[in-house]
Amino acid sequence: MYKIGIDVGGTNTDAIILDENRNLVHSVKSPTSLDIKTGIETSLKAVLNESNIDRTKITHAMLGTTQCTNAIVERKKLARVGVIRLGYPATASVLPYTAWPEDMVEKLSGNYALVHGGYEYDGQLLGELDEAELKTLLTEWQDKVESIAIVGVFSSIKNDQELRVRDLIHEVYGEEFPVSCSFLIGSVGLIERENATILNAALCKVIETTTEGFIRALEEEGITNAEVFLCQNDGTLMSIDYAKQFPILTIACGPTNSIRGASYLAQIKNTIVLDVGGTTSDIGVLQDGFPRESSVAVEVGGIRTNFRMPDIISIGLGGGSIVRTDHGKITVGPDSVGYKIGQEALVFGGNTLTATDIAVRLGMADIGDKSLVAHIDEEFAQKVQVEICSIIEQAIEKMKTSSEDVSLVLVGGGSIIVPNAISGISNIVKTENGGVANAIGASISQISGQYEQIYIYAKEPREKSLKDAEEKAVKQAVLAGAVPDTIELVEVEETPLAYHPENATRLRVKVVGKME
Amino acid sequence: MRYLDEKAIENIAIGAAFLGTGGGGDPYIGKLMALSSIKQNGPVRLYSVDEIEDEDFFIPAAMMGAPSVLVEKFPKGDEFVKVFQKLAKYLGKETIAGTYPMEAGGVNSMIPIVVAAQLNLPLIDCDGMGRAFPELQMVTFHLDGISATPMAITDEKGNIGIFETIDNKWTERLARTATVEMGASALVSLYPTTGAQLKQSGVHHIITLSEKIGEIISSKAKDAKDKLQELLKIVSGYELFQGKIVDVIRETKGGFNFGKMNLEGIEANKTEHMKVYFQNENLVAEKNDSVVAMTPDLICLVDYETLLPVTTEALKYGKRVRVVGLPANEKWRNEKGIETVGPKYFGYDYDYVPIEELVKKVVVEHV
Repeated sequence: MYKIGIDVGGTNTDAIILDENRNLVHSVKSPTSLDIKTGIETSLKAVLNESNIDRTKITHAMLGTTQCTNAIVERKKLARVGVIRLGYPATASVLPYTAWPEDMVEKLSGNYALVHGGYEYDGQLLGELDEAELKTLLTEWQDKVESIAIVGVFSSIKNDQELRVRDLIHEVYGEEFPVSCSFLIGSVGLIERENATILNAALCKVIETTTEGFIRALEEEGITNAEVFLCQNDGTLMSIDYAKQFPILTIACGPTNSIRGASYLAQIKNTIVLDVGGTTSDIGVLQDGFPRESSVAVEVGGIRTNFRMPDIISIGLGGGSIVRTDHGKITVGPDSVGYKIGQEALVFGGNTLTATDIAVRLGMADIGDKSLVAHIDEEFAQKVQVEICSIIEQAIEKMKTSSEDVSLVLVGGGSIIVPNAISGISNIVKTENGGVANAIGASISQISGQYEQIYIYAKEPREKSLKDAEEKAVKQAVLAGAVPDTIELVEVEETPLAYHPENATRLRVKVVGKME
Repeated sequence: MRYLDEKAIENIAIGAAFLGTGGGGDPYIGKLMALSSIKQNGPVRLYSVDEIEDEDFFIPAAMMGAPSVLVEKFPKGDEFVKVFQKLAKYLGKETIAGTYPMEAGGVNSMIPIVVAAQLNLPLIDCDGMGRAFPELQMVTFHLDGISATPMAITDEKGNIGIFETIDNKWTERLARTATVEMGASALVSLYPTTGAQLKQSGVHHIITLSEKIGEIISSKAKDAKDKLQELLKIVSGYELFQGKIVDVIRETKGGFNFGKMNLEGIEANKTEHMKVYFQNENLVAEKNDSVVAMTPDLICLVDYETLLPVTTEALKYGKRVRVVGLPANEKWRNEKGIETVGPKYFGYDYDYVPIEELVKKVVVEHV
């Protein structure tokens, strides 16, 4: 029994094979192709040919891909989206697509309608749905839109209007027509949730070609029995059917896989992970093996959203970071010699002083020709080291939630520049196979379900509310392909709402289970 | 008179968040409302108080309720059309000559811009606080004995209520109940004023000041140090502390966010520490256990690098900030002002001492 995991990164597409005990059987790297698809096929072919395993014994295939992110950034292959907002007359002061980049609105056709509907904060009716109004709208939009985003005021408290509108669209346009409901995608904050829902709706064509392409590539290699999954950005997997409904959740799955893979290799579940590349470093926090979620609005392709995203920060420090002195002040980065490090760094015979040269001078690493950096004043090198240390310490401080020391897992090609002691860090763990941590992260994933709603404990006691939310999250997990018996509660977040007279609480629960 | 365009609104939003001293909620939705309204109706005319007639009649516009509801259910936009007509009729006035903000900070610096654009009314460059405060009577008009009522309250559905109350405590009670029934977020208009009263009792040039502050903070040309110097100059302020947030304790009581944060010194203030107490807004700052600024003087937290204002909701461990102190408008610095918004009113056992003197004292101690 084998699992195959593929992760598409900015530079390389990695493929790995794990056995039933999660041991790494083989791994390959090949350059990420412009169309992404070709790179996936090349890596897949290479890892299968080189490992020479019995292909019929592959039971699971997982793909972590950037196709959806690229489609948004490059504004390509996006569907024409109609936006239906339920809430009129409320919310008319800020219409859908406000503050969007103009080229993006043009690509998505810019169709929207503000119709009657919506709820108040406590679940009372704000406005009744007007089905005649909706039917007229759908007649008007026939052939104008390829996908519809539905957003109701306070739909996270009561979702029945959004569901009714979805049914209505299916009645008029047919069962197959892609519809995205906002209560399943974002949290409270109408504009940000609406934006995330529109993006999700716009990705319906991209996710179709991505998933079909992956399945076909597997079939061409003789893998026909495997369960196929896509990685989502919380470090769990989704079935193909689920992915087609929520393509936006694939965004940022790469960094998530990388930090999860690193913690798996280091066998630490609660830690900070520092992934040092050539130009930048990513820092993420793992809680019980899952990345912490960002609590602030996140911009995707210049659009402000609030769907679930991992809380990962990127800093301009890597192995190729350029070291300079300006009026006695030492700076490191944020610019870098990047992929040209093999020619431009001093240790490789180049003319640019980089963070790697300093590491070699101080004896922290032995790469290139160390005699080429012997002339660097040791005191100066040490000062550069102090600067590197302070950049890392400040970034880690931003990710910590308390002043207690934490452990750090260190991965990535540029990790040699990181000193052995960092203040605020109790111990640093370096891992082997760190180079393919992302593909390992992709193949160890489980399946999750999540639910969020505002509950009023005075009306529905806390215990009952928690149970209700958990049941709904389990339903989501099962839909995504989890085995019901293995599902467990991993996260409960309660946020009391200020100003609310009845002790209202925003409750969010997350469950995780094994895949079939 | 001058026009406010998109750029001006972006800057006012930043500047008002700075003067909001941590309170007022996320100004993002307010900014979108203001930008949308001028896109539809054209730029807004801003008049200084010197340009208005004494006997003309002005009504402010503000949002009351929960910021957490506002981000989900925001106004239709033209709610004030009817309210202004009703209130004018009630008061026996022919026309409304303009509108103005009640406070600087969060969404309430933006609502009057929406109203001015919708109704094609002049916006007057003054407010009733020169900063943000949490309660209805905490305005300079109250100090001069101007009544908060008749007050109008409305929602996006078209409901309108007009209150006439026996005192401002009742105004707060009745308005709060109506706000909850309207969906925890309502639009209000209180302290109707004449041009003469605005000249006499308002805090002047507050919108222009907000805009200037926003301009400095958002300017990309200079580095943080130069920007800060320029900023301190125009607000006559002091940089009180450079620090990192190491602890935030919050408590929600009676519809307010109470709390305290501890800061550990960095750079110029290494080895020192500071405590800042807040109730929606920042109210008292203690450096190394001695008080260095207290309400009504302004205590503003800004990001260490970008100088962007940090709201109370955005406080978190590890954030590097600069604490800036500003003298309050002179209108607050008298017996009735201190009684209304001084440290004792908020439950802090300090006699009010102006920031200028506190800063001197600390400097002397250090020498």
